[in-house]
Amino acid sequence: MSMRGEVAVIGVGMTKFGEHWDKQLRDLFVEAALEAIEDAQVDLRDIKAMFIGNMGSGLWVEQEHLGPLLADYLGIPGTPSLKIESACASSGMAFRLGVISVAVGLYDIVLVGGVEKTSDVTHGESIHHLASVADREWEAFYGMTLPALFALIAKRHMMQYGTTREQLAKVAVKNHKHGSYNPKAQFQRPISIEDVLNSPLVADPLRLLDCSPISDGAAVAIIARSDIARKFTDTPVYVLGSGVATDTIALHDRDDITTFKSIVLAAREAYKMAKVEPKDINVAEVHDSFTIAEILAYEDLGFVKKGEGGKLIDEGVTELGGKIPVNTSGGLKARGHSPGATGIAQIVEIVLQLRNDAGKRQVSNAEIGLTQNIGGSGASCVIHIFGNKR
Amino acid sequence: MSIMSVPKAPRIWQLAERRYRLIGTQCLKCGRVFIGPRKICPQCGSRELRDIELPKRGKIYSYTVVRNPPVEREKQGPYIIAIVELENGCKLTTEIVDCSPEEIDIGTVVEAVFRKIGEEDKTGVIYYGCKFRPVK
Ligand SMILES: [Zn+2]
Repeated sequence: MSMRGEVAVIGVGMTKFGEHWDKQLRDLFVEAALEAIEDAQVDLRDIKAMFIGNMGSGLWVEQEHLGPLLADYLGIPGTPSLKIESACASSGMAFRLGVISVAVGLYDIVLVGGVEKTSDVTHGESIHHLASVADREWEAFYGMTLPALFALIAKRHMMQYGTTREQLAKVAVKNHKHGSYNPKAQFQRPISIEDVLNSPLVADPLRLLDCSPISDGAAVAIIARSDIARKFTDTPVYVLGSGVATDTIALHDRDDITTFKSIVLAAREAYKMAKVEPKDINVAEVHDSFTIAEILAYEDLGFVKKGEGGKLIDEGVTELGGKIPVNTSGGLKARGHSPGATGIAQIVEIVLQLRNDAGKRQVSNAEIGLTQNIGGSGASCVIHIFGNKR
Repeated sequence: MSIMSVPKAPRIWQLAERRYRLIGTQCLKCGRVFIGPRKICPQCGSRELRDIELPKRGKIYSYTVVRNPPVEREKQGPYIIAIVELENGCKLTTEIVDCSPEEIDIGTVVEAVFRKIGEEDKTGVIYYGCKFRPVK
């Protein structure tokens, strides 16, 4: 069977991403869920199942068993509910599983969400926890961190393809500019290339303003069978394509670290299911955990040939007003990156764009949008393609 | 707190000998070499793999300086972390020591040295393994 167009997003909600000192993980989730339920015009009791993306609640707040906890605190104990983990791609994966459960006819209406609470620990502890997305025994054990993995990739990409330090900076500048139009973005302040180049080094050549923050946040989407979607909303957004893939857990076990095979494979599946090509995409949210990751995404999604990602940012193609605006929400860089919630936050943005609800950052006539969410240094990837027509 | 309370000793012990002697795994079918023990080759699917002692020399494939370290290395200060490609093609992650970042580049020839990697806490196990240094 093909899932193309079988499932629609009928409502979305999210918290602002950032440092929520006064809120717990469950508070963040309930806040986003209630907003999505309101947006979808469904009753809480209409929700037949929940799939929740979360990367590290056991590490950051020593809480596992999020499925029942969050159903309980949403006031619907008894509802099937489980946590899905795939590092920073957790909620993109949760969305995929929710879509499958509706497409096969198991449930009519499902809540898919993501949540992470990271700010209760020190920065050093967060860096330690984030390193568990890599191979603990053969990477993190020796001192590898997530920013360092992307620094190794950046260094090779610069050497192999001549990608420049300025091109990386331009990704952050663009995303901060976009974030300034998004009231839910963590950073709503435009920055300059000089700001990026003068920010402190984190892992050479990557600097502080090349890196997304580690945020608290939650995001939720309500999905339904397409044939009942219009009972709830005049603007359903249809899931046209879905793709998932993995790669070796350790970066050092890959032949070429300047490409994420997981993106290439997941994109192939998603484009085929959606019956679209890269050139058909009007707007995209990609996983810019680090500026170099957005350059890789351009290439591995097929927006340009391998090695030409830097040129795409130079030409302004991915800015608002360009041919394929990328990360209109501000991306992970400016909207914020809450590892378990980022995948659904990307979907929230594309749904708003395709409903013409994106305010100052609206892409005109957007009909087909794409989300691309990776875990760790690309060991997992999930991609979805959406359309406002079935 | 939560980090220090995770007992690492069993995990350290399970891999200690391989780390001390730099033992990897080679696929007998496609020839690919991996750091760490494997039963099945992720490249060709073969189940015929054997342990091999890895070459102690290689060159830097990519590297960086970690300036925002994880909590257990906060006292250490910035350090160089790299992927090194050994003479038989096996790639591994390691720290580069006994040099400054300015003295190395992609392609720099390096050799393995036995070093302390870290410790559980003041009273817990100290763990060891290989780091690499430039060949003078
Ligand atoms: Zn093999």
